[in-house]
This record gives sequence, structure tokens and C-alpha cells, in this order.
Amino acid sequence: MCLAVPGKVLDIEERDGTRMANVDFGGVVKEVCLEYLPDLEVGEYAIVHVGFALQRLDEESAKQTLELFETLGMLQEEFGDPWEMAAEAGGELPPAREEARK
Amino acid sequence: MKYIDEFQDPDLARRLLDEIHATVTRPWALMEVCGGQTHTIIRHGIDQLLPDQVELIHGPGCPVCVTPLEVIDKALEIASRPEVVFCSFGDMLRVPGTGRDLFQVRAEGGDVRVVYSPLDALRIAQQNPDRQVVFFGIGFETTAPPNAMTVYQARKLGIPNFSLLVSHVRVPPAIEAIMRSPNCRVQGFLAAGHVCSVMGVEEYPELAERHRVPIVVTGFEPLDILEGVRRTVAQLERGEHMVDNAYARAVRPEGNPAAKAMLEDVFEVTDRSWRGIGVIPDSGWRLAPKYRDYDAEYRFSVEDIRTREPAACRSGEVLQGLIKPHECEAFGTLCTPRTPLGATMVSSEGACAAYYLYRRLDTTPAPREATSVV
Amino acid sequence: MSETTDLRTPPLDPTAWTCPAPLRDQPRVVMGHGGGGALSAELVQHVFAPAFGGDVLAQLGDAAALSLGGLRLAFSTDSFVVRPLFFPGGSIGDLAVNGTVNDLAMSGARASYLSCGFILEEGVEMETVARVADALGAAARAAGVEVATGDTKVVEAGHGDGIFINTAGIGLIPEGVDLRPQRVVPGDVVIVSGAIGVHGVAIMSVREGLEFGVEIESDCAALGGLVDAMLAVTPDLHVLRDPTRGGLAAALNEIATASGTGVVVREREIPVPPAIANACAVLGLDPMYVANEGKLVAFVPREHADAVLDAMRAHPLGGDATVIGEAVAGHPGMVVARTGLGGTRVVDLPIGEQLPRIC
Repeated sequence: MCLAVPGKVLDIEERDGTRMANVDFGGVVKEVCLEYLPDLEVGEYAIVHVGFALQRLDEESAKQTLELFETLGMLQEEFGDPWEMAAEAGGELPPAREEARK
Repeated sequence: MKYIDEFQDPDLARRLLDEIHATVTRPWALMEVCGGQTHTIIRHGIDQLLPDQVELIHGPGCPVCVTPLEVIDKALEIASRPEVVFCSFGDMLRVPGTGRDLFQVRAEGGDVRVVYSPLDALRIAQQNPDRQVVFFGIGFETTAPPNAMTVYQARKLGIPNFSLLVSHVRVPPAIEAIMRSPNCRVQGFLAAGHVCSVMGVEEYPELAERHRVPIVVTGFEPLDILEGVRRTVAQLERGEHMVDNAYARAVRPEGNPAAKAMLEDVFEVTDRSWRGIGVIPDSGWRLAPKYRDYDAEYRFSVEDIRTREPAACRSGEVLQGLIKPHECEAFGTLCTPRTPLGATMVSSEGACAAYYLYRRLDTTPAPREATSVV
Repeated sequence: MSETTDLRTPPLDPTAWTCPAPLRDQPRVVMGHGGGGALSAELVQHVFAPAFGGDVLAQLGDAAALSLGGLRLAFSTDSFVVRPLFFPGGSIGDLAVNGTVNDLAMSGARASYLSCGFILEEGVEMETVARVADALGAAARAAGVEVATGDTKVVEAGHGDGIFINTAGIGLIPEGVDLRPQRVVPGDVVIVSGAIGVHGVAIMSVREGLEFGVEIESDCAALGGLVDAMLAVTPDLHVLRDPTRGGLAAALNEIATASGTGVVVREREIPVPPAIANACAVLGLDPMYVANEGKLVAFVPREHADAVLDAMRAHPLGGDATVIGEAVAGHPGMVVARTGLGGTRVVDLPIGEQLPRIC
């Protein structure tokens, strides 16, 4: 349900009594309604769905989540790694991080 | 894109998978509620990477799939009228009603337009004061506030030629209904992150407690899904059943107060029929009485359209994980992605459509390159 | 809705759950019949091919390969109904030339002559027609092809969409060249000539109701020169396709179906520029299904793959050419992608036109 993507607010203006912003999604700029996040500011990230900013993206929380992931799975290395074995059986090694997304 | 790419990182995915593999000791059946999550799972092949003990049941969280036949038929009727410009999200155009879909209505001369945002429909109404502009307001709690904004503004700005055909659904009553089902196999839920971005998590502790089932608010990127699975499995292995938020970067406990206030103003809770499932009490929203003038059902007098859903397929059982899609008699014969009988075959992420594709793959000779991972 | 307000959440009886209706017998043409996916294929298969008959049509390639007066000719036609008429990086005039030139190039032929039919809507500004004609002429000169014959019709206002163009083209197929999906064998290497999804996203960015800002121009280009460079390495390429409507997914599915082999692609090898990936993420589209107008996909015998790739990269239109996968003996007729995480997914033929989705 609900395809929503994080974008960065570029500028804000009032239009027909409605708070609107241009939001940057990694080089794609779309007009977004800010009525539901009235205190969102330029430079902040928000989760956008069908042209509406619905929730502020908490950058600190995102960072913490990724840091948590970095600490996971360390214990398994001595037992062998089922995921890697599966990937190798498929004829491929897990891709390096920088190759993840072209 | 920032905050998407990082959450697709294969190296971190591997760490999460390692952790899940190390944690799980016996079979668990989890339901991801949201169609967007199902999309991510299929798109990245995540289900194949999880331990065999972890089964993901694709839930009924696709608004396209669950919009009842009756509402589709109302949409088709309204969209066929010569004075109407019928605006919809792209998803809905291919969904079959009785005998035809919105594409067919367009082919017959109806003015059916795809919009990206509900506000685009409002703009079309302003630009075409001599036409009746109707927006097809479908979706869960995430899409309801944007759709609510259209009638709020239409009333405020005095745009008399705009109306909304409402078929909004709510997640918690659906979870309740699924858990009450006598043969329910679901042991843990990945709750829909963007629904909670709007609504918060206040509705869930009671559900988790009553049904003794862990509910983990989960995001939509591959790492988010894996983290949701990891936290749910960890709870199940410990015998816990709590509400947990694995999508904290986009979900606050209280949700979005401004959006919730708008929902309160514009809509009222109502019973709603889910396609393939039936009526679930209190599971939907309709326009509140003061917005009745903007309700397309009243404006075009289609309240009386009643459509019985023919008992052709068994998608309700599939949605709940009671049967596998291929156990339905119509599967792959009467019902294919090209000729969908049921909602779960309509959307490419629907359980039946996904199963259809993978069964074709599994029943053909396996080349080493492709299927050894499956 | 129902009036059972006194019944608070009764247990569901799954055996009583029923599900939607019949359908999918199309009494009228819908947009998807022109989308290059399953609906298009069925229209041709069930209506046109049986009505026309003929062995040449049965090839169902982008261009027909003909024998005429001892010569091997490629012959193709294409119609252009793009909206808007002018878009970042090109216009309907560029497409009308390059689309047909590329259809011929995919059979190995260098286009020699084009026909050009205009269907104009009453009321269209003459200046617009002139701009389109100029663009078309310039594109023809750039592609080294001559517009040899033409036709103009005008339809009443409201019966057309400004300007429709049909072009047909002919060219000679060089000695020893035989490009057909039926020649694909397991082990063939799959190469794309560059970034995918560019044209489709450029068009969508200016389409009414979808407008978004993005610094992307259509990749619209004539591929005859690139194909010449590839054939100079070896005439023994197996099949070429330009992945236009339906994108890379449709092209690979057509080849898999017609060749009876399976196709495996590695998703992280498929070149998708970040702005294309992000536009698709916002709109809920898959770049593999988005149209291209200046790219080709080639199935090349393994022993020639390196040399062909080098030749492509040396050409201005193939600088980003890369290997994305191979033909396999397994899962005949199916395209399977290995995902970035190491899973697999089936890449199916799109059913109709791609639409932005919300879920």
C-alpha cells in the first residue's frame, strides 16, 4: 500500500493558501504539499506519498539503525555463513557494497 | 537516493540474514501486512534468502487488491458519464469490475485520467468548471490524509464540481479479523510502516496483547524488511508478543497529529467490504456528513449499485495463508496474471501472481545459474 | 456499506470468502494494445497475423528480412504517437526516423530509404509542423538515410493528437548476417549498449499530470553506426533488439520466447543512472520496463563477446556497453534476474502500459 519515498526540502512557498515545497529525490524534483508537516524546514528530509509530506525523516535515527546493522551477524562467522553458501552455490559472491546500486 | 540506497546494502543485508539464521530454531509464519512490503520481498528475492523455517504470508495490504467489486462497479458507472472527468491513481485502471475495467471505460469514450497526486485532480476541477471531476479515493491510512485534503480544500475554496469516491480501509481491524479466523496460522505481523507514519502505533498494543502476537512496525527497503523479520523472530523465539518499531526513522509513536486531525474532520469510521474477504466491521472510512455534498456516491446516485462477488476463486484463503495459490482450482487455468479472477492475481505483487511466476520457474528444468538459490 | 454495525468483529469464516469476477475478454481496443507487452502481442497473434498470413510476417521481428531480386532486404514500419511532441532531447520527428532506422539496424541492415506519412489534426499550428519536419529531416541526414516518399492526411479537430507520423524503411542486409532470436543458444552473452530507462523517464518528466524536474534528456539516436561497428568484429551475432516500448524486460522476454532458451541477467550489472532509478522509485516503476530509444541489447556467441564489447565501447553510442547476463538452457522462454542481494526474481512480460503506482 503506500509507496512513499524520502526527499529533501529545497524551498517552501505558500500557494493558494497551501504550504507547498519543491522536494529533491536524488535529482528528481517534485512539488509536494506540506500541510501535514507545517513546521518542516528547508534542508530537512520527509517521507512523501502521492505528493504529500507525511512524516519528518529522523536522520539521527536512520544513522543509529545502520550502525546497529553493522554490529550484527559477527558471531556466525566461525560457523560458516548460510547466506554466503547459498550465494556461492548460485555462482556468485556477495557483491561489494559500492557495487550495490548502479 | 539518500535513505534508500543505504537500506539496500548487500553487506548489511547479509549481516541481518546471518542474525536471523542464527536466531531461528523452529518454523514461524509471519505476515507482512502491506503490499509495498510484498513488492520489496519479491523484487529483491528476499524470501529465498530467509531460513526455510521463516514463512512470509503476503497480507491483504494492497488497496488495489482489496477495493471491493461493488466500489469498482460504482467507479465504472461514474466514469462512463459524459460530463465526468474520472481521476485515479494508475494502479486502479486495470482492476476488473463486473465485465470491464477503467481502461475499457476509457476505450468506450470515458474521460479517465491518471494522476500522481489527489491535488492534481482538484486542479483539473478548477481548470474545468463545466465538467464534473471525480477522484477515486482508495487506499489505507497513508493515502487517506492526502485524499481528505481534496474535499477539505474543495469545500474551503468552493470548488463545487469536485467530488470523491471513497473506499478507504484501515489496517488494525483487518489484523483483528485475521487473528480471529479459526484456522489462522499467522504468528507475527510486520506492520505497515507508512500507515504508522500517519497513525502512530497506539492502536497496536491492545491487538498484540489480546492475540498474544508480536507486531513489528516495518519499513519498505530490503534492510527494513529483514530487520522487521529479525525482530519478530527474536520475539517469537523468546515467547514475547510486544509492539516494536523497526522503522523509527519514519514512525513516531504518536504518528502525524495534523494528518490525524484532518482524518477526524473529513471521515467517519464505517464497516467496509474487502474484496475476496467480505465485510470487516469498522475497517473503513467514509466522508463525514458535513462533506456529503462532495461524496460522489451521492452526487451520482450510485449508492444502490450492489454487486455480489461471484464465488469464483479462493483469494481470501490465500490472503490468510490457509491455502497456497496453486491449491485453488482456478489457479493457472481460469485465473492467470493475464486473465485475473481475483485480486491477488491482479497486482504483480499479489500472492497468486507472484506464485504463478515462480511456479513456472520451479517446474522448468533448473539451470545452475538461476534456481539453485531458490 | 453494510449495516451490521451491531456485530463487532466476528471471526472470519475463510471458506466463505469469495473473490472477484470474470473478465479479460477485451471487446474494445485499450491503450495496452499499443504498449508493446502481452496485449500487443495478442492483438498481432490473434487478429493481424491470421488475417494477413504469409511466411515473412510470421518472423514477427522488428524488421522483416526479405529476398527480392537476389538481394536480402530489411523492411520495417513504425508509427509515432508520442506526447508531448517535443521533449527533452528530441521530438516526434527524431523518433520517427530513429525508430525505423533502428528496427532495420536490428536485422543488421543500414537503412537506405524511408517513407514518411503525416496525419495532422486540423488546427495544429503550421509552425509546429515545420519544426517537426525540420527535426525529422535533420535526423534523417544524421542517420544517413533519405526520405524518398511521403503522404499527408488531415483529420478533423478532436480526432487526432496534433501530429501522428508513420515511417517505413528499407535497407540491405550484409552478406553473412542472420540476426534472429532462433539463433540464440545457451551460453550466448547478453550485452546492453548503455544506460536503460532514459527515454521513458525523459518523456514522463514532461507529461501532463506527472511533471517532475530532472536533468535527463532522451537517448533517442540512430543505431546503424553502432551495429556496423559490431558486425565489423564478426557477422556472427545472434540477435539484436532495441528495447523500446516495454523496455529491456519486454525485449528479453521476446527473445527468450522466440528462441526457446532461458535468459539470466544480473541486476546489479544493468546500467541504471541514479536519476533514472530515483525517478522510477518515486513513480513506482521498474527501470527494466521503461522505454529506450537509443539503446540495443545483443545476444553474442561467447567467443566473440569480448571483442564485440570492445568495439561497442569504442563507438560514441556504446561507451557504457556492458555484459548483463547470458542465455541458459534452463527455464526456456523465461527471463530471470539475480537481484543485488543474491535472490532471484522472474522478469515477466509487461501486460500493458506502465503506470505510476501508489502501492
